[in-house]
Amino acid sequence: MPARIQIAPKAKAGEIIEIRVLIQHPMETGYRQDDVGHPIKRNVINLLSCRYNGVEVFRAELSSGIAANPYLQFYTVAETSGEIEFTWIDDEGNQGSERQSIEVSA
Amino acid sequence: MRRLALAAALIVAGTAFAQERAIPLEKLRSGYTFLGDDLRSLQDDDFANPGLLWVSRGEKLWSEPAGRTKQSCASCHQDARSTMRGVAARYPKIDAESGRLLDLEGRINLCRARRMGAEPFKYESEALLALTAYVARQSKGMPTDVSIRGAARPRFDAGEKAYHLRRGQMNLSCAHCHEANWGKRLLSETISQGHPNGYPVYRMEWQTLGSLERRLRACLSGIRAEMLPYGSPEYLDLELYLAWRAQGLPIETPGVRR
Amino acid sequence: MKRRAFLAGLGGLALAGAALAQESLDPRAAAVAKGAPVRKGRVKVTLPQLADNGNSVPIRITVDSPMTATDHVKSIHLYSERNPVSNMANFYLGPRAGRAEIDSRVRLAGSQKVTAVAALSDGTFWYDTASIVVTLSACLDES
Repeated sequence: MPARIQIAPKAKAGEIIEIRVLIQHPMETGYRQDDVGHPIKRNVINLLSCRYNGVEVFRAELSSGIAANPYLQFYTVAETSGEIEFTWIDDEGNQGSERQSIEVSA
Repeated sequence: MRRLALAAALIVAGTAFAQERAIPLEKLRSGYTFLGDDLRSLQDDDFANPGLLWVSRGEKLWSEPAGRTKQSCASCHQDARSTMRGVAARYPKIDAESGRLLDLEGRINLCRARRMGAEPFKYESEALLALTAYVARQSKGMPTDVSIRGAARPRFDAGEKAYHLRRGQMNLSCAHCHEANWGKRLLSETISQGHPNGYPVYRMEWQTLGSLERRLRACLSGIRAEMLPYGSPEYLDLELYLAWRAQGLPIETPGVRR
Repeated sequence: MKRRAFLAGLGGLALAGAALAQESLDPRAAAVAKGAPVRKGRVKVTLPQLADNGNSVPIRITVDSPMTATDHVKSIHLYSERNPVSNMANFYLGPRAGRAEIDSRVRLAGSQKVTAVAALSDGTFWYDTASIVVTLSACLDES
């Protein structure tokens, strides 16, 4: 699943940094019909987790009320250099992940 | 006598090349200007514009080898950021070798067949949308500027005819909404001038990125007219006419529209 | 006798007033607190007044909190008044967040109120509600 993440590559320890993520996913509501009238099965990303050096710093449980190609922006405190990793899973069990390194100076 | 002949010649030349515009160039308005604040901000957001998901994917595909020759777009065209700059602004265009009128999608598929020995991408496939969006994005901000001279002229004329042809159960032509009634309201929407400068576009109604042909088909469906199959020459004629009609409007790919 | 009745009456009115304030909170959102009181304040839900398109509406939820180890937002729960699925999303934060602010884009099936309930580390619950007019509804106005 294609995704884009935006995190400042460098930060100072203790700085509150902004994290933005955009994931390509239809977030199919289950209320739409195809062009011959058959309902299209619901399939949404239901769980998204953000881990900073392995520790979860943010979690989102999502539903069909979140727009297609879900976008999230939130914050975390820059602590140490390392990796910020996103993982997510949808109703059908498809998983996705994306990661970015961050350099944190004292 | 000679002066008269010269004047006559000039008038004839003038009318041959001069093409009347229903909406004069200075009154052209991109679909962007018909959006609310919120969707305009979304289009302008260089991170969150959902169309950029396809542009990012297109960037990857650009360097992926394919076909018999195992070449990629990059093998011939190197860095798209410089080599593709201005390209989308000049399409649709006649391909000199085959004489065919091509839009960007057609050009990409022709390159794949001719240079890479690769299968063409299907219309509206993720790969074709991604590559088209990526290539068009390299012309962002540049003014639409297509040629209607030479071999393109008869296609332009056909496109102009098609634009003004009444069709479907509602017996409407494109001109009825987008020339005679742009700016007025249709149900809860304001009718735009119907320009192609944002395509491929992230359309809210589709909740995904889509091509100009998809949008033309949606219009045909909307007036209860028969939707021609993807790739029909009539769509190309119309696309050329639309691009001429939008001369000067900046490429906005990926645009965000309702 | 009359004064006691009068005071009892006043008490009744106060209770009724509190009940009314709770009544304006969507009971499905209130259920997050599992019976504990949910107070209005500290949370702010920001939505445009008029949605361009119900399929994707920008939303911002902010909670006034120092986000320290001892005083922070544990979770934020988002509820729609009229969508077919009322619980739109739940966000889990904690002291490592630094700031309790989340932006996203939501689907809205028609003009309605959207409510965010925040659960704080001290066991209290707070909420805010925002109204929005939606002319092109998600889920309903599909093609």
